[in-house]
Amino acid sequence: MEDIKILDAVERYIRGEMNPDERLHFENLRKTNAEIDLLVVEHTLFLQQMNRFGEWKKFRSSLNDVHTQLTEQGKIDSTRLKGKAKVVYLFNRYKRVAAIAAVIAGVTTISLSALVWSVSPKPPSSADYLELSRKVDAAKTKTDRLENDLAVVKSEKSSKPSIAYKTVGTGFFIDASGLMITNAHVVKNSRNISVFNEKGDKFNAIVLKLDINRDVAIIKIDDENFKQFSTLPYGISKNSADVAEPIFTLGYPRDEIVYGEGYMSAKTGNNGDTLSCQIAIPADPGNSGGPVFNKKGEVIGVLSAKKTNAESAVFAVQSKYIYKALEELKTNALYKKVKLSSKSSVAGLSKVQQVKKIQDFVFMVKGD
Amino acid sequence: MKDQIDEQALLKGLAISDKKAVETIYQENFNMVQSLIINNNGSSDDAKDVFQEAMIVLYEKARSGTFELNCQIKTFVYSVARRLWLKRLQQQNRFSATSDNLENLIPVENELEEHEKVNVEFELMEKALNNLGEPCKSLLEAYYLQKQNMHVIAANFGYTNADNAKNQKYKCLMRLKKIFFTDYKNGNDDGGY
Repeated sequence: MEDIKILDAVERYIRGEMNPDERLHFENLRKTNAEIDLLVVEHTLFLQQMNRFGEWKKFRSSLNDVHTQLTEQGKIDSTRLKGKAKVVYLFNRYKRVAAIAAVIAGVTTISLSALVWSVSPKPPSSADYLELSRKVDAAKTKTDRLENDLAVVKSEKSSKPSIAYKTVGTGFFIDASGLMITNAHVVKNSRNISVFNEKGDKFNAIVLKLDINRDVAIIKIDDENFKQFSTLPYGISKNSADVAEPIFTLGYPRDEIVYGEGYMSAKTGNNGDTLSCQIAIPADPGNSGGPVFNKKGEVIGVLSAKKTNAESAVFAVQSKYIYKALEELKTNALYKKVKLSSKSSVAGLSKVQQVKKIQDFVFMVKGD
Repeated sequence: MKDQIDEQALLKGLAISDKKAVETIYQENFNMVQSLIINNNGSSDDAKDVFQEAMIVLYEKARSGTFELNCQIKTFVYSVARRLWLKRLQQQNRFSATSDNLENLIPVENELEEHEKVNVEFELMEKALNNLGEPCKSLLEAYYLQKQNMHVIAANFGYTNADNAKNQKYKCLMRLKKIFFTDYKNGNDDGGY
């Protein structure tokens, strides 16, 4: 109670709200009591910082307002330029994809025409005519049937989006735009990859990079329903964790997100592999590809494999490998700008709060 | 000569974040910075980011009161934005030489260094506040940033009276100060000042 009154007095003193008598009294107190003097100095610094911070924040948000307003009034070019530049931007963005698509299309066309040429009937002799027409008839019915089948398959596909998934694992975001990390074995043989958030919403994803050796895959959500995040609550650590450091993981061994905690067992993985590490944590197949966090809420690894003959030996790929893998991905013009953060905004929170913030960014990954 | 007087007035307005002044400076400089960024591998979102960052540098400079206008606002903003953008490109390992005429540039290294320092401090404060959680964060923001009266705060936050609110505020403040000053010291140590 006493402390509150003192602080209250200090604040009123700093703001100059004291009357002259009180002020004199307080200044005397300040001279005789070093603790109070220190508190005044410290609190002045703090309040100044707070004030400046407040103004800075206000100015920042006012800039955004001004930007929107001026754009709406057409006083700055923001949107118009966007429209004009968009074509160029899209061209730059997709020129690689377009080139690849063109090559594929070209190859397909050539091989198809070669195929058609090789199987197309040589000019028939008249005796073959009847036979041939029957054959054509037969072929036609066959095609019809095929077309019907195809239609059925198509309608099934569109009405029932449920794909028969063969692999299930966990994945987590490494940037706000929708890049995720998971295990390579979860997605390597899949044609369709879907990811599900904790609420069960489904998004389609594509594989950008597979490293079978490391068992790490970078995938990207490719779905118009996906809204980009503004930021991630956790960072990706560039350093290795220490032995005995407490760690935790989130994953989907079942349909619901499951929390597990343990500790770092060894800084290296199998046979002294320095890019992975050994951890002791409960892990089931669905945990594959899940993030491993330290107590600051920084990702220190990607859960990857369990040694079958030792119950508690689980291995994880160290997070610094994520940076390495991303560097390779950056050779692709589309992903040049991707930047990972190593800072975690949940660092000081309790475990419960951390998990609450993080769990929205850990998804279930399924492949067919 | 008249231009110079106008610019001084604008800067004075900016220092007190006068809306009209902010709008004028924004309007007169944005397109220039945007074409700089877009012509150098950036998007219009990048342009917005970089321009606003440059505006904040100008704002800090105007507020510090030490800003002697020995160049046009335009030159200053352009120089800062250009430097910021080059830095970003470098961070992304995309070295690209901007082709522009160097006569219109002024050195802004000191300003940017100062700006970075301030940014780090504010990020510390933001982080400390975020780490507090609710209701502490909103409570302190209401009192210290929005400067609301304790009675109003008590009513808004559902405390039975101003004293209770004050009590809670005190506890929150102590926690905030602890986090802030720990980080502050650590940050300074790490930074190797």
